[in-house]
Amino acid sequence: MSVIYILLSISIIVAIVFFIAFITAVKKGQFDDSYTPSVRMLFDDELVKDSSNTSIKTKKD
Amino acid sequence: MEQTTCFHCGDNCNDLIIAFNEKSFCCNGCKTVYEIFSENDLTCYYDLQNSPGAIPKEIEGKYDFLSQKNIIEKLTEFNDEVIQITTLYIPHIHCSSCIWILENLNKLNSNITSSQVNFGKKTVRVTYNSTLTSLKEVVLLLSSIGYEPYISLDDFKTGKQNVNRSLIYKLGIAGFAFGNVMFLSFPEYFEVGEFWLEKYKHLFRWLMFAFSLPVVFYAGVDYFISAYKGINSKILNIDVPIAIGIAVLFIRSTIEISFDLGSGFFDSLTGLVFFLLLGKFFQQKTYSFLSFERDYKSYFPIAVTKITSEGNETPIQVYNIKKGDRLLIRNEELIPVDGILINGKARIDYSFVTGESESVSKISGDKLFAGGKQTSGVIEMEALKSVEQSYLTQLWSNDVFNKNKEDGFTNLTNTISKRFTIAVLSIAIIATSFWLYTDASKAMNVFTAVLIIACPCAIALSAPFTFGNLLRIFGKQKFYVKNASVIEQLASINTIIFDKTGTITSNKKSTANYEGESLSHSEEVLLKNTLRGSNHPLSRTLYNILDEHNIISLNHFEEHLGKGIEASHNKDHIKIGSASYVGTTETSVLNTTVHISTNNHYKGKYTFYNSYRKGLSELFNKLKKHYDLVILSGDNEGELENLKKLLPSKTKLIFNQKPDDKLEYIKYHQTEGAKVLMIGDGLNDAGALAQSNVGIAISENINVFSPACDAVLDASKFKHLNTFIRASKSAIKIIKWSFVLSLIYNIIGLYFAVTGQLAPVIAAILMPLSSISIVVFTTITTNILGKKIRLKSNS
Repeated sequence: MSVIYILLSISIIVAIVFFIAFITAVKKGQFDDSYTPSVRMLFDDELVKDSSNTSIKTKKD
Repeated sequence: MEQTTCFHCGDNCNDLIIAFNEKSFCCNGCKTVYEIFSENDLTCYYDLQNSPGAIPKEIEGKYDFLSQKNIIEKLTEFNDEVIQITTLYIPHIHCSSCIWILENLNKLNSNITSSQVNFGKKTVRVTYNSTLTSLKEVVLLLSSIGYEPYISLDDFKTGKQNVNRSLIYKLGIAGFAFGNVMFLSFPEYFEVGEFWLEKYKHLFRWLMFAFSLPVVFYAGVDYFISAYKGINSKILNIDVPIAIGIAVLFIRSTIEISFDLGSGFFDSLTGLVFFLLLGKFFQQKTYSFLSFERDYKSYFPIAVTKITSEGNETPIQVYNIKKGDRLLIRNEELIPVDGILINGKARIDYSFVTGESESVSKISGDKLFAGGKQTSGVIEMEALKSVEQSYLTQLWSNDVFNKNKEDGFTNLTNTISKRFTIAVLSIAIIATSFWLYTDASKAMNVFTAVLIIACPCAIALSAPFTFGNLLRIFGKQKFYVKNASVIEQLASINTIIFDKTGTITSNKKSTANYEGESLSHSEEVLLKNTLRGSNHPLSRTLYNILDEHNIISLNHFEEHLGKGIEASHNKDHIKIGSASYVGTTETSVLNTTVHISTNNHYKGKYTFYNSYRKGLSELFNKLKKHYDLVILSGDNEGELENLKKLLPSKTKLIFNQKPDDKLEYIKYHQTEGAKVLMIGDGLNDAGALAQSNVGIAISENINVFSPACDAVLDASKFKHLNTFIRASKSAIKIIKWSFVLSLIYNIIGLYFAVTGQLAPVIAAILMPLSSISIVVFTTITTNILGKKIRLKSNS
């Protein structure tokens, strides 16, 4: 058994893993909206800041 | 004076400025929204974008129908006892603040578990606990913060919409196979008889075979289907030579590797399908927030208020309205069915239905038509017909709405494909018969090689990439085109038909001319101040046109319904209104006029005219050289003289056209060989837009609905229509040039093929090279074209 069989099967398995990942991503609708996630990701900080603000205020109250 | 703008919505605060928290607001609505946000620590909303908000509208009672079970069932996509999920369309979504606030709805109502915005589609998907809150509450919450969802009859459909993602799957599979096959076929490109290569080449080849199977039988299957359909209807479309190419590539390669004759052409095969699908994908520019397929259902409400025999108000689904039902129509609501006015002051705006520019007053007992919008107060009406049988909605039973415009149109690619296919087949046959005489062993080889190399990949790619790129460029210039075929049709038109109201006139402004004795200064002041107190649409328009004057307090003010208004200040007395009211006789029957008399002495009249879009006559003068121009209006002839002055003399002006008349007019001229571009805006043009070769809807606001059409043009770009038409013509030229380019590649390839020396490596180089150079050529040229458009439309 030559090493090339192992290498070949590994390379194909890796390729197929990525391929399956792509198919599931499409299925889950990741390609349906390509704009909103790019904006949403920028809000994560704001949300953290906001929730801490809220907690401080409630303490004061 | 410096204008103060509203902190919430950005509008100018005119007379009234409401100060709150050191910020100024234009109305109480905006202030309330600000209060809601600041109480809930959501003022980040204003940090992300300046004045992102909208003024919340009066909504009392409007959404009562949302508590009905069958309506909730239709509007939710998931519904069990506890959790409901609904997707609402919100036209106001326009910036990152909108996304932020809508995804934080759970802070405003803790029973909302999550909300997710799709910015492109302008929708928000809300998940909430239906035992603690309700769909109605969610909608009311959204409306109260200025994000009123748009719910129309169109949403009342059964079944969920399936998203068609098959092209992405196919593209993914083809790309995956292409990459792997390239990688596996690489060693054999150099044809060195090395030991290792000899030993493993069979394994490599069969792996390539395995990778190409899904490409041929799944990703490329559309080409076989389309070619089969084409041959069935005796059309040699572009998919015929492509399908032959794919089939021959696959069969020959399989035979080659089975009998160890060579390495096959799997690399070219997968590459070909991948590039073709890439072209298809690129051409598919979709404006998910626009719909080009709307019918009356998108305008009509899902439910209205019915008055039961006991006098109670209950919501009723529009489809369930029967003859004889009593309906309550609120201000700004649409009349869903034909009926008779029972009581209330009706002022119906039919501009969308008939194209008449002025709203009409109706009194009890008058007939009301479906599609009109009530503009003053609440009315009660009795239904005479059901929704589908109403005057306006009947238009949609016309066959033209079931026809597919692309069916009757042979596009440029298919025109050339016919000659191309015949030429390739004859070359293949001649070359084969030549080789049969000289060297019969090579004959089959040459025959298949010709079919492989002549596979018109580059030709098939030129149109998708050119049009696809142009669609994007047009989109940036606010001209939203449905698909590539529309651009092609746009290049071939010879007649342009315009609707009048809302298309060449702007909805917002109208102008008025004064005729008669000139008014003294004190009379002007009195006139302006009298108009100030009236809410009649004509008073409002005239008020806005007149110069600014001091505010005086009137001693006496009285409005006579349907007649006019009178007022007095000190000793002066003024009457404003219809001719008979003021004490004179009406001279112009067709135009809208307002007469004025002071101290019982007739002074003169204001005649209202439509105000035409900027650059109208300039546009018409540019267009008249190449096209027949027609104005087809549903309005009366009142504007005839005005239009004659504005437009080139050979423009045909036709008035009093009903929706059906417009459709028939276009149909008739099409039988005479005219290729018609129809430009309209309202539902009354829907039939004409569908019948025409290209139907463009003009829209003041892209978020507001436009009727079914092929393209939507933003009203601000109306004067650049000519630029867009000329750009489509240039696109056709670009495609023709890229055809020439790809033919050169084909000739080079054919040389190798007919001489019997087509090695897989040559095919593998030529095919991607021709495809890529076509893509580069079309992209660069269309971008140059785009630059020209940008320069022109910004100038």
